[in-house]
Amino acid sequence: MTHREPVISAEKLTKRFGDFIATNEITFEVYKGEIFGFLGANGAGKTTAMRMLCGLSIPSSGRATIAGFDIYRQTEQIKRHIGYMSQKFSLYEDLTVLENIRFFGGIYGLDNHQLKSKSEVLIERLGLQAERKKLVGELPLGWKQKLAFSVSILHEPRIVFLDEPTGGVDPVTRRQFWAMIYEAAESGITVFVTTHYMDEAEYCNRISIMVDGRINALGTPGELKRQFNEPSMDGVFYQLARGAKRGD
Amino acid sequence: MVTTTNITKTYQKGTVKAVDNVSFSVEKGELFGLIGPDGAGKSSIFRMLTTLLLPDSGSATVAGHDIVTDYQRIRSKVGYMPGRFSLYPDLSIEENLHFFATVFNTTVKENYHLIEDIYVQIAPFGKRRAGKLSGGMKQKLALCCALIHKPTVLFLDEPTTGVDPVSRREFWEMLKRLRQQGITILVSTPYMDEASLCDRIALIQNGSILSIDSPQGIADAYPSSLYAVQANDLPRLIHVLPTYHPHMHSYLFGEYIHLDTRGMGGHDLPEELTRFLAAEGFGDIEVKPIAPTIEDCFINMLIRHDT
Amino acid sequence: MKQFITFVKKEFFHVLRDRRTLLILFGMPLAQILIFGFALTNEIKNARIIVIDQAKDEASRRITNRLAASNYFEIQEDVMDQNRMEAAFKEGNIKLAIVFPAQFRNDLIHQNHAQIQVIADASDPNTATTLTSYVSSIIQDYQTELNEGNGLPYRITPEVHMLYNPQLKGAPNFVPGVMALVLMLVSVMMTAISIVREKETGTMEVLLVSPFKPMWVILAKAVPYLLLSLVNVLSILSMSVWVLQLPVAGSWLLLFAESTLFIITCLTLGIFISIKAQSQQVAMLISLMGMLLPTMMFSGFMFPIENMPMPLQVFSNIVPAKWFYIIVKSIMIKGVGLEGIWKETLVLCGITLFFFLISLKSFKIRLE
Repeated sequence: MTHREPVISAEKLTKRFGDFIATNEITFEVYKGEIFGFLGANGAGKTTAMRMLCGLSIPSSGRATIAGFDIYRQTEQIKRHIGYMSQKFSLYEDLTVLENIRFFGGIYGLDNHQLKSKSEVLIERLGLQAERKKLVGELPLGWKQKLAFSVSILHEPRIVFLDEPTGGVDPVTRRQFWAMIYEAAESGITVFVTTHYMDEAEYCNRISIMVDGRINALGTPGELKRQFNEPSMDGVFYQLARGAKRGD
Repeated sequence: MVTTTNITKTYQKGTVKAVDNVSFSVEKGELFGLIGPDGAGKSSIFRMLTTLLLPDSGSATVAGHDIVTDYQRIRSKVGYMPGRFSLYPDLSIEENLHFFATVFNTTVKENYHLIEDIYVQIAPFGKRRAGKLSGGMKQKLALCCALIHKPTVLFLDEPTTGVDPVSRREFWEMLKRLRQQGITILVSTPYMDEASLCDRIALIQNGSILSIDSPQGIADAYPSSLYAVQANDLPRLIHVLPTYHPHMHSYLFGEYIHLDTRGMGGHDLPEELTRFLAAEGFGDIEVKPIAPTIEDCFINMLIRHDT
Repeated sequence: MKQFITFVKKEFFHVLRDRRTLLILFGMPLAQILIFGFALTNEIKNARIIVIDQAKDEASRRITNRLAASNYFEIQEDVMDQNRMEAAFKEGNIKLAIVFPAQFRNDLIHQNHAQIQVIADASDPNTATTLTSYVSSIIQDYQTELNEGNGLPYRITPEVHMLYNPQLKGAPNFVPGVMALVLMLVSVMMTAISIVREKETGTMEVLLVSPFKPMWVILAKAVPYLLLSLVNVLSILSMSVWVLQLPVAGSWLLLFAESTLFIITCLTLGIFISIKAQSQQVAMLISLMGMLLPTMMFSGFMFPIENMPMPLQVFSNIVPAKWFYIIVKSIMIKGVGLEGIWKETLVLCGITLFFFLISLKSFKIRLE
């Protein structure tokens, strides 16, 4: 990366639930336009960390800024400057394509004029002209996920958080999805993504791997493979996560 | 052990076709994989074979019994692990296991040898409620519960979905050991990399089967040659590669871009392409022929399907 | 059979491990009895009454003094005539009026027998009964004292008039109502929800793919709730007898038998709902709107059915709680035996059979 402007910077970020330390002093930076893979075994603390970064959960200790906003005091500003999409919840199945776009755009404060032009552009780019009035529930999963991603960056956020966006999607659609991620990153949106597909880890500029609440590895895929002397990310992940003591 | 002949299943009064004319058979003791993305029809096939759904047309047998008329016999012979978490979260590990053993008319003791390998890993937490277990542990417990009555056929519907790669690998190790005990296993998964661990697989998309064979057989049947390409600027490479040849199909695959050479003629690709990319300003260029993986085969079939 | 027992045991684990379920199961009947029992029939203090003393003799004065001395009553000072009394009742200024006839002491001494008129505002039946019983006991006291060391017994008869609501509808009758309500809630809603929960979590799929007969799965679900409901019946009755001092006039055994019948009615309803509903929310909504609401409205417990428009009166006949309410009231309060309630019992049996049969018919051995 040539531009090193940090969009996420976390320092010793910690979240405790009673005796349990879900996220233990994680420190990392994510730069503008970067695709950052956030990996870890089930229960390693990814979800907790992501919730804190999205301003949904206040950390127990540590410090972090998202798009320049403090995650303790400026959670409202943070929410306005990020996008979020997850495999589990993304769009309302009982609303049409157009209604979903308008609804989520409206939430992020786009005015009617912007909404109109942006939804036209979006529908055309996804090739959904014929489906614009269809209920989202009737679309194939792959289309739904692509639509959900487009909607999550409709308001041009500084960062978009993607929680296992491609789970269960067919391999061709999965690649089309990643092409969209690349495009978003090129336009300057920082992408923070979790996945269980190790080939997708390779598509990230840098990745971190969490084990038992800590970040045990951080670097480009190439660096990590050299560091752990493994031919693939799968091997790196296996080496690190095999020793994990806890699950979710 | 399992045969299906032209089974079809539609939902919402025939408007949604979930399973379209599917036929396959699974031999005794085989580990058979149904590989395809969500919504391909895997769960519907499993539910028909476990007698939970009736097919619209076609027929199927499990362990020699018809799935429609003989459903009660089938129910006492098969083990089934549905895609959703299907244990009682408020019962402990031990209670869940004992409950399912009794429901299937057996005891934990009688068939303990079958589950011993798996159960010892979770036994130390025997008093813990199932709802408080990690994903990997839940999965092991669910497998124990599905196995406890010594089924002749085991149906595992997406047992590894949403599970991290380490737990997935462990789970497949367990399946291999079970196969050695002579249990016929049908497993479905959206993860293409798991296909190579099955004896035979059926690739499935939109309710129909694209191909059935051993993983090796499917790879061997790949219709053209495949290359892996790498250079210093991968994102730009994706855009530049297709301009090299109009018929070429390329897609990201891990740290490489895979290149399908169908319809490109038999020229010496690696050298020519390297020259082309160098001229485009790339460095660290690598072009090498590779053997196709199941995922490559699946992608290839989907593309052929579309065109 | 062993499978069945295991199943029932598992069901008990579910109930005992869920705090919310436990709270509904045992906290609710307690709360209902206490709310209805005490909020509505609490001891009454300083009720405003008037005394119309047409005798103004020693006996009437002494009874009046006793009434004034007790802290139940607050006697309005201005003595009013009969006409003014009615107006005071209508305005709600007074709860009770006592009228001494002109020849009160005379009657008592010469005929050994005198009457006192006690008039109560029975639009609030609980208060009215309580107040009249206070008056009666005070008069009784005076009579006992008068008779001490006397050859001939003097007798004072209070002649009670209940204004506005002579039959005292809905008086201590809330216990049968609470029973119907609680049993409905526990048996219908909890059963329906617990079956639908298995559909939601996917365990139903596994159970269906087992040699255990699907109908048994459902029946095994019903057994624990039958037992728990019986515990509820027992606790409600014990509270009404020992806490609220409302004795059971008829046979306990009959009461339990009829309660069991009603619980079974409710269980079949719950099972029927669970077959139709696909999610816990739907099951809950149907139970609340379709079962609890009609129970409150049409059982006769809160609103007298006689006063409803004809179509609603007809509708009330298909509400099982109405029949149960009549049965319990008859046994508990009137002490009636089976010969007096066999018709209602038969209706309940009919409803139960009807829902059992359509449940059986609509029950699916597969997913769809």
